Parts: sequence; C-alpha cells; structure tokens
Amino acid sequence: MTNHWNDYQHSDVIMAIGGNTAENHPISMKWIEKAREQKGAKLITVDPRFNRTAAVSDLYVPLRPGTNTAYLGGLVKYILDNELYHKEYVQHYTNGTYLIEEGFDFNDIEGVFSGIEDDPARNAKKYDRTTWQYQRDENGEVKKDPTMEDPNCVLQLMRKHYERYSIANISKITGCPEETLEESYELFCTTGEPGKAGNILYAMGITQFTHGAQNVRSIAVVQLLLGNMGMAGGGVNAQRGQSNVQGATDMAILYHIIPGYMATPQQAAHPTLNDYNEKETPASGWWSNKPKYLVSLLKAFYGENATPANEFGYQWLPKLDGRDHSHIAMYKDMSEGKVEGMICWADNPAVSGPTAGAKRHYSSKLKWLVSVDLFENETASFWKPEAGANPEEIDTEVFVLPAAASYEREGNKANSGRWIQWQWKAQEAPGDCKSDLWIANELFKKLQELYREEGGTVPEQITKMHWDYDGPDGQVDIVKVCKDINGYNVKDGSLVNNFVALKYDGSTACGNWLYSGYYNNLENPPTKRRKPEKEGIGSHLEWAFAWPLNRRIVYNRASADPSGKPWNPDVPQVWWDEIEGRWKTNDVPDFNVNIPPLESAKTPFIMLPEGQGRLFSAFVNDGPFPTHYEPADSPVPNLLYPDATYNPISQRFYEDHVVETDEEKERYPYVLTTYRVVEHYQSGIMTRNMPWLNEMMPELFVEIDEELAADLGIQNGDRVAIESKRLYNNGEQQSIEAKACVTKRLSPFMINGQKKHVVGLPFHWGYMGMNTGAVANDLTPSVGDPNTTIPEFKASLCNIRRVG
Amino acid sequence: MKAQICLVDASKCIGCRACQAACKQWNQLPAINTEFTGTYENPPQYSCSTWTKVVFREYNENGRVQWLMSKQGCMHCTDAACKLACPTGAIYHTDEGTVAIDRIKCIGCNYCAAACPFQVIGFDRFTNRAEKCTFCYDRLVNGLKPACSTACPTGSLVFGEEREIISKAQDRVEKLKKKGHQNARIYGLDEVDGTAMLYVLADKPEKYGLPADPRVPFGTRVWNAIYGPLRVLVVIAVGFGLWANLTKNKEIDKAKEEAQKESE
Repeated sequence: MTNHWNDYQHSDVIMAIGGNTAENHPISMKWIEKAREQKGAKLITVDPRFNRTAAVSDLYVPLRPGTNTAYLGGLVKYILDNELYHKEYVQHYTNGTYLIEEGFDFNDIEGVFSGIEDDPARNAKKYDRTTWQYQRDENGEVKKDPTMEDPNCVLQLMRKHYERYSIANISKITGCPEETLEESYELFCTTGEPGKAGNILYAMGITQFTHGAQNVRSIAVVQLLLGNMGMAGGGVNAQRGQSNVQGATDMAILYHIIPGYMATPQQAAHPTLNDYNEKETPASGWWSNKPKYLVSLLKAFYGENATPANEFGYQWLPKLDGRDHSHIAMYKDMSEGKVEGMICWADNPAVSGPTAGAKRHYSSKLKWLVSVDLFENETASFWKPEAGANPEEIDTEVFVLPAAASYEREGNKANSGRWIQWQWKAQEAPGDCKSDLWIANELFKKLQELYREEGGTVPEQITKMHWDYDGPDGQVDIVKVCKDINGYNVKDGSLVNNFVALKYDGSTACGNWLYSGYYNNLENPPTKRRKPEKEGIGSHLEWAFAWPLNRRIVYNRASADPSGKPWNPDVPQVWWDEIEGRWKTNDVPDFNVNIPPLESAKTPFIMLPEGQGRLFSAFVNDGPFPTHYEPADSPVPNLLYPDATYNPISQRFYEDHVVETDEEKERYPYVLTTYRVVEHYQSGIMTRNMPWLNEMMPELFVEIDEELAADLGIQNGDRVAIESKRLYNNGEQQSIEAKACVTKRLSPFMINGQKKHVVGLPFHWGYMGMNTGAVANDLTPSVGDPNTTIPEFKASLCNIRRVG
Repeated sequence: MKAQICLVDASKCIGCRACQAACKQWNQLPAINTEFTGTYENPPQYSCSTWTKVVFREYNENGRVQWLMSKQGCMHCTDAACKLACPTGAIYHTDEGTVAIDRIKCIGCNYCAAACPFQVIGFDRFTNRAEKCTFCYDRLVNGLKPACSTACPTGSLVFGEEREIISKAQDRVEKLKKKGHQNARIYGLDEVDGTAMLYVLADKPEKYGLPADPRVPFGTRVWNAIYGPLRVLVVIAVGFGLWANLTKNKEIDKAKEEAQKESE
C-alpha cells in the first residue's frame, strides 16, 4: 500500500476492485465506515460477484472476470474525454508532459506496441523497447511540453491509446450495463477535484491474471490522473491476504528480488559487483543509493568474510540464469525431473497452486520433500490414498516439521500498510511445534556443519555465511536477527539509526535497507512502540514503525501543490509555512525539506529516476500503456483488437493447456472464478481444523446464478460436477464435485450480445484435516503474468453439470 | 429499565460472523455437524450450542440485488414472552435488564421456546434445559462488553448506555433515509416494550427474517394470567417430582450396579 489502513478514514470515494475487502479484510470496513459516517464517503464495489462488500456498498458494478483493464481503461478515457483530471497535478507531478520517441506506435488490429518480436525461449513474444523511450535533447534532458498538446506527449498518446475504450465498448466487454459504468466513472472522478481523495483498494482479483501487472498499472494511471497519489485518503492500496505477507515480500520471498526490492543478480548481465552496480543503479532518484544497500546486505550475509577484495562476497550470491523460476516454472522443472528436493514452508501448493492436481503428481518426482506447517497438509500428503495416489508407487521421502502458530511465537510483522509491529507471544506452542525462526536456525546450522565437513558444490555460499543467532541459552535469539536486519556499524556493532547511515565501503551491515531504523535501539525499539496519536491525521508516528523511515504515506510531497500548499488543508501531511520559511509535517516527509518547495516539486516521486509519476512506463514487460487482453481461457474474442488473443508476452508453459478452439469453448462454456470466504483461510489447513469455522462453512460449494441453475436442473444443495480443460487427459474428462449454491447474487452477463454465465468456487478445500472437499485449483490453468508470473486463478473456463 | 444495551446496526453488518464465533468461544459452546444447504447461514437452527448467528437473506427485485445480514439471537425483551410462559419462574430479568434462564429451576418444558416471537430459544435434550443468549451476563458484571460486540470489526454491534445507543440509532436511521433507504427504521424500541438488542434496519424487518410485529402470543398471556398465581405450588410440586425422580434413579442405578456385580 502507498497509504495505510486507518488512512481510509480520509477517503471521499473508495473503489474496491478485484478485492472483497469486507470478506477478506474485515477490519478495513472499520475505517471505510468511519469515512462514510464522518464525511459521507461513497463505496463502489467492482466485482463479478455481488459479494459481502457489495452488500454494504453504495454502488455495485458487475464485471465479467478478467476485464478489469477494460473497465479501468474506460475510466481513463472518461477522465480524459471529460477533462476531469487534476491538471496542475498531472502537469507538475507526472510524466504526462514528456515527449515519447516518434517511432512509438500501437497496432490496433494485433493489439501490440511497436517493438514486438518473437521470444522462442518462452514460446511467446517480447518487446524491443527502443521506441518506448523519452525524447531527449542534446544534454540528455527529457523533452517536455508543459501545455500537453504535442501529439507525441504522453497525455496525447494516452488519448489516442484509449480511443477505443468507449463506455459502449466497455459495456460489451465487461457485461456491465452502460449506465452503471457511467455512474461509477462519474462518482470516482469527483476525486479529480483538487483536495478530494479517491482510494482504490485491490487484491488478487486484480493481480491474478495474465495481465495482472497491467491491471495494477491501470490503477496507478487513474490515481495519477486524478491526483490521488500521496494524498491522505488516496493511494494505490494492495490489501495483502495473509498476515505478514507484506513482510515476506519485503524480505524477498520471491525469486526475482533480494531483500529490499533489489533485483536478483543475473549471471549474464551482472557477473561482477561492478557490473551489477553499473547496470542496476540509476543516475538519479533514491535508487542511486543502491550500491550502499547492496554492500551492506552482503556484509550482513557474509560478515567478516565480505571484504572489498572479494567484492564483499558478491560471487557467493546465487545468480539467475535468465529463466523464469517462479511457481509455475519451478513446477514445470519438477515435472521434468530437474528438482531433487523441496522445502515447502507454510505453503500448500497441492491446494493453492494452479493446476494443483498435476502438481501433486509432479511431487512424486522429488527425492525428498519437507513440509513445515501447523498441520499435516495436502502437499505433505500427496502420496496418500486420500490424495488418490498409490503409496507403493511413490519413492519420495516426506518430512513434516510441526510449526508454531503466530500467537505461539514472538516477532515483527509487517501489515499491508507497511507498519512493522512487534507481536508478543500469547502462549506456548503445543508438543514439538517450533517457531519458524527456530527451525530456520537449526536447519542452517546443520547445513553449515555438513558443508564444512563434507564440502559440496560452491560450499562457500553456506560456509562463508555469517550466522550467529544463538543466544546465551543456546536458543535462537530473535533480537540478534532484528539487529542484523536493522543494520549496524561493523566496527563496534552499534546499531545504525536508519538507512541514511549505510555505506558502500563495507563499514556497515544491513539485512534490509528498507527496514533500517525499525529496531535501532534495544531499550525502546520502534516496532514495539504503542503510543497513539493525540492530534494529527491518524499517522500515529509513535505507534510501531512503517517502512521506509517510519513514513506512513509515501510520495507525500504530492499532497501539496508546487508552492507547498496542501491540496486538502483539512488533512495536511506536509505544508510550507511561509512565515517561518520551512516545512511543517504530519508525516515523515518523502522529499528533501532543505531545498525550496518549487525544487522538491520537480521530483515528488523520489523512487523513480525521473522523479515524476509514470502515466507511461517503459519498465513494464507487456507495454507502456495498459491494454485490454482477454484471459488465457476466454469465452469471447478480444473486441478491441481482433487479432489479439491473450497477453502475447505471457509465457506459454504448456501446449494444449488453455481453451482455444470453438469446440472447446462449447465444451467449457462458463467462466469460472475462484475466491475466498471469511470463514476459511487460504488452502484451509488452519481453518478446516477448527470446528467452529467448519460449522459455519462445512463444505465446498459452487455459486451458480438462478437462470443457469434452472437450465441445468440444479437446485440448492445438489451435487454438481465441475470440469475444465486441465482435467481432460487422454480423451477422458475428469471433474471435481461441490454442492450447489444457487444464488440471486450472480447474474448472467451480456457480452457483446451473447449471454455468458459466471460460476464462483472458493478454493479452501482439500483432502486433509477435519473438513475435506475437492481442490478447486485442480481446474485452474498454469499461465501467468509476463512481469510476475502470478497465475491466472481468477478467470478460466469450465463446464458444470448436476451429478446423480 | 435497561442501563446498557447493544445496538445491532444491520446496515453495517458485513456478515463476517466474528460475533458468532466469539459467542461460541466465550461461552465454550461446542460446534455441531452441519452441511451446506445453499446459503451461507449455518447452523440452521438455534440450539443449546448456538445462541446467536448471522442471518443471511438475499433478494433480487427488478435487478436490484440485496444481501441482507444481521446478527440475531435473544432480543432480551422487556415484555418477554418466554418469562410469561415459563411455568417454574426459571426465566427472569436480571438487574442488568437482560433476560436469563435459571438452569436449576428450568424443567425443560419448552414452553418458552414455543412462545418466543423471535424463535431464538434452543433446547438441550441431554440436560433437558432451555438455552439461549445470556447477553454475556458474566462479562457485564465484570465490566466487559458482550463477546459478540467486542469482536465486531465494523461498528455493527455497539454496546453502550441506553440513551446514547438510542440516539445513535436514530441518527443512523436518518442518514440511511437520506441515502435512499426509505424503509430504514429502528427495531426494538417499541416492539415488546423495548429490547436490549436494538436494531437499525435498512429495510423492512421481514426482509431480515425478523417478525414485522413481534408480540407476546395471546395464549401465553392468558396462560400466564391464569397460571401465574399457581406458580409457587407448581415449583414445589416440580421440585418434589425431581427429588423423587432423582431418588428413584439412584435406586435404579444401585440395583443395576448390584446386578452387574452379581453377573460378574
């Protein structure tokens, strides 16, 4: 999130799109209700299902799954056509004025930008981005047109790009009635007025598509146009679906980054530390400090073994081979026998991964599998008869390590709003259950011992690692870990105050520069602070710690006009006091307060080299402007671009995996979307072992609209079989079963004159635990976004029929 | 006069059921085996182990979809039908103004459940007792809010001083009307002389599954008028009956034990 949970109270209009906030983030409704109660804020829900958030919304916008880019593209066009954007903001704080290379173009038939070329290694297309660059003068300065009238300026190119996104077209694509579209656009655009704040909340209903990153980009574009970035009550707010998943991302749980959102080095491009620094460090913007953070990270990793002479151990850092190593790709490797063993830590891909049935099958190619979870989960039990497997045929050795639940251990957690808060232990874990930290510590110590004794391939990666987390009692000492992450001076071990103190020469160590300052003293570490704000705007600067630097709303320079006057004086975050000649703040400023306001106004988005918000971004793999592509499994052709199929840049991992032919579209005529319910959590392994929750949601069900149910002779509570192409093997169609939930909350969509039905399926069930049911993800395809490879869970095709 | 009551603002209910789980957790009520029948609402009935639940109702009228949710359970009526129906005086108003069941006096006749206009009293066939929401009396007397309202994340359940809650409810209804909810109303202020669960409804009560005009059944009033004065005698008679039953049971048990010993 750019903002934070209790900042929602300042919103004027809140759009929940692709995120069922009342259901999956119930506490958000406390702040949304406060905004509605106190300032008459409006809540818009955009979702294929009339969900629990829609139930309490002011406006519900139904939408066919997989058409968010079209919906948001329509909003962009509406903003531009009606001149509803925040002009001063766009002029000063975005790249709307920038001129783009003359060769930049878009093919309206194929739906691709200039520079498209084949990418045989990925069985997809890719872009040469030469024509996507800013025009620069002889001094290297970007050419701009402050009037934004030049046909090559970003704003004009945008007008051209979105010409086709008329309300009539968007209605045909999304299936949402024109008047509802217009009503929602009109309402949200009221936040384009200076001083008003529009808030867009989203979750996996935006990201889990083959065009997920473009959906998020669309949100960013809308928020920049309406001047909602940096504002209290505004922002692009990704609501994270798991406790501390924000922290996990910050700590680089994904393969393409190392802690603090630095790119994982590539062997080909970055063979040396110098290569990495040269190629990955921009000349301007905050990231120009990257080398300091990387060297400090290497010092934290390798301790005294990291010296200037050995590039601070850079050679020991694992490098990427240029291939995708995300979830889908990793499982493909596993299917080909390329993976020997797997540690599945607090993860249950046998339920939560796409094409989960195949995953369970691939797991048998592993020599060993370690599962760390609170209960014995489906992944750890893939070999059992419950999974439909024959144990005699499987040689994989499986280890289950029982883990302590979150209330049974202490430590820091980062919430969606980037607040890192210490959580104290409430009770001891039962039996042999151990905290994740304890398990990690023991595992690593043993690995280090083995590599020291027996050697191995590049043993230095492990043996040279600085690993000293045991306390005096022989148990892991979490404070030692906190110190490492916060950063310290190598000379005397004293903690650094924050990342400004980090150095390139190896005199500082820091496990994650973004977290630096979160535990900068042992007496009263910021993450343990609990002092509510008495006056102010709800920033609560002395409550816990928000990264970076305890800043609650990022890009907050943009909350004031270039002269430093807040757009909304009722909730000012930063303001220039003319009389005293200095800035005053309600938040940690996200700019240099020592330069005059008109100077800092030139770079309000300090993380970007150009310092201004990107309406046009050459850094996205599948195009600088968000473009409507259908999902991989789509019931209809792309109305806007006749020759486009699904995202051309998205990697094609498997042949004959998604629905392509008309015959297949007839066989799988219904759009399937998966989701969560409040009573269960993720793959269900925690909640399906909790009787009170099982009582409320006892069985897997499938939501079907009344018309479709009548057509298929399905009644409430009937057993229904659901089929997809992923369950079609060797001419035989398999299915999963669920109970029917025939509901008025779903309605058929009219898509360009054709009636299409959507069915909804929660994905919480599996074959282990107290409450079992079919695995919904057996149906979903292993296709992903070209930037992140996040799987397309939210829109695929299926068939349903009554059983018995 | 109730000192403190609970607002149930149905227009703010998101159906998260934190209240439902909190009730079971605080009161340590066991989960029961349920099945999915086509609605999110579960368990289907109030029982000795389900005192409160979120009731879900869905409508599609001329394309306008509504999904109404509200926490329901014992309303703690001032004019409490259950109290009037109870032949042993087991049901009474506490000093906090809530309605409670004295388990020792309850004989499991189930008249209360039959008389309740809201149909929220459960029956435990193992202990032969009527069971219902206690308004967390044990928490109230210790200065805590009821478990359900403590768990509510949205402000749908607000516990507080009666006058404040009524004025809050009135404000809320005004706001809802202004937003276009023509049928918005307070429910539980005049009904059965006032309830300790005071509802704000965005639509008609029937649409939430609540009776439009809850009253003490006429039969219950007649029964109470005739039977009320005899209650003391009945309590004595019932007490004697129970004692006799217990003695008899002990004799039977003893006989069984002896028979078992002999057979060994």
